[in-house]
Amino acid sequence: MPMPLSPFDRMDWHLIIAAAIKIVVFVFFVTLPLVAMSVWAERRVSAAIQDRVGPNRVGPFGLLQAVADGIKFLLKEDFTPAHVRKFYFWLAPALTMVPALLTCAVLPFGSQLFGEKMVIADLDVGPLFVFAIASLTVYGIVLAGWASNSKYPFLGGVRSTSQMISYEICMGLSIVPLVMIYGDLNLGRIVHEQAQNGWALLPLWGEGLSLKGFILAIPMFVSFVIFTTSMFAETNRLPFDLPECETELVAGYHTEYSSMKFALFFLGEYAAMIIGSGLCVTLFLGGWSLPFGWLAPATIDSEVPWWQGLIHIGAFFAKVIGFILFFIVVRWTLPRFRYDQLMRLGWVFFFEIALANVVLTAILLWVLK
Amino acid sequence: MAIIVQRPKLKWWEQLYLPALVSGMRVTLGHLVATLTRKTKVTMQYPEEKWDANLPDHYRGAPALVTDEHGRERCVACQLCEFICPPRAITIKPEEIPSDDKWAKVEKRPRAFEIDMIRCIYCGLCEEVCPEQAIYLRKDYAITGTSRAEMVHDKERLYEIGGVRTGLVNKWNDLK
Repeated sequence: MPMPLSPFDRMDWHLIIAAAIKIVVFVFFVTLPLVAMSVWAERRVSAAIQDRVGPNRVGPFGLLQAVADGIKFLLKEDFTPAHVRKFYFWLAPALTMVPALLTCAVLPFGSQLFGEKMVIADLDVGPLFVFAIASLTVYGIVLAGWASNSKYPFLGGVRSTSQMISYEICMGLSIVPLVMIYGDLNLGRIVHEQAQNGWALLPLWGEGLSLKGFILAIPMFVSFVIFTTSMFAETNRLPFDLPECETELVAGYHTEYSSMKFALFFLGEYAAMIIGSGLCVTLFLGGWSLPFGWLAPATIDSEVPWWQGLIHIGAFFAKVIGFILFFIVVRWTLPRFRYDQLMRLGWVFFFEIALANVVLTAILLWVLK
Repeated sequence: MAIIVQRPKLKWWEQLYLPALVSGMRVTLGHLVATLTRKTKVTMQYPEEKWDANLPDHYRGAPALVTDEHGRERCVACQLCEFICPPRAITIKPEEIPSDDKWAKVEKRPRAFEIDMIRCIYCGLCEEVCPEQAIYLRKDYAITGTSRAEMVHDKERLYEIGGVRTGLVNKWNDLK
């Protein structure tokens, strides 16, 4: 009788080591520096928009400003007010940062490199995983608002909860048409499909270059608008930053926080923004693929030379950075919504439009079968 | 009186909010491009670029004492500036000029002359009140120090800032 394999033997060491390397490189050497850089970009771009200079002292073009800010946050007094609920007060900042980084796991940030798929976890439920984890972010904000035990954070937390719950529905519904068209929930395969047959928003090559492709681009565009707008609301960015609306709520849910705990909220917001951009790029703008099917691998499993793999990774991050710049420009363009307008937009318009869009896509797919 | 604000009736495409988004983006991106291509003049990069060459003649910087072309310190310690100084930044300790001095006829000079630059408000009243043309507001504006004591300009420092000023009325020269 053969010995049953111990769990230790069954472990796929190759998978574990490859995943570990991808986690370390993608999360710690790419995403976190990208967070720091987007803080810098936010300040420089907003300065340029307002005819100012922005931080340009630390390092070349002020690029090391983020490092200086980080050191400042670490060295500042970490003050915990006496009236807060300590455990939840300490838990909240981590709870905003962790889900934002967890969602990196399913994003395909490249095709292949040395035969290794450039995604940390190649799940077959990619978008669902992202929504499931991203909705945990709200707990961080709610806990921060509640544990701070004072009125402005509390109001910020309450606002954030209702805002996030409202827009989560629109966000989820907005990608249903996309999933219906591609018939797949694996983000890697969705991107591959787009590399072959045209991006969801730009069906200009492959099978996308047909009447069917152009007609289906209409519901895709509606989905894209709803998804992007909901993402602004989910990440608490202007014009939907009511949870931390300075003019009414001081700083909203992080009013009582200082030093690194405050920085974690700050970084969590930017990390969520980057992951949201990554998801949007993956779903609607072809992820790592180049336009017009250039250098697109023939099948999902076909060998990709290492230099093409690097180009794909570069394409993904170029798109993400472009999207982040779009986020930044929108922030410094639009005024903040009023709270009832925000709720009206979410429940009265986006919810209905997203539902109608699902039905429209279903009809179009049936007609164009 | 109540003012009734007429809300404009928006067309359906205006209610979509997207045209407003586009026109808003056009404004911000216009500014962005203008700043990046350096069409817009932005703030001066202060420590590297300075306005010094363009300071107007009437600029009121740090007050300082001057000597004239004869090397005489012009202050006669009359203390008018000390009395007029609104924030009381000036402290003068007068002394008699010894009789063997070349300028003994002036009789008085400051033994110590201190201006507390933390208190000074650069109003220029000291310059205005001085009967001897001895104190002037110069164009130095970056007065810094790491302690309160360092911010007090003593007589030596004041003459260093003030330097020699020519073309003044030398009323003491004619007197015996």
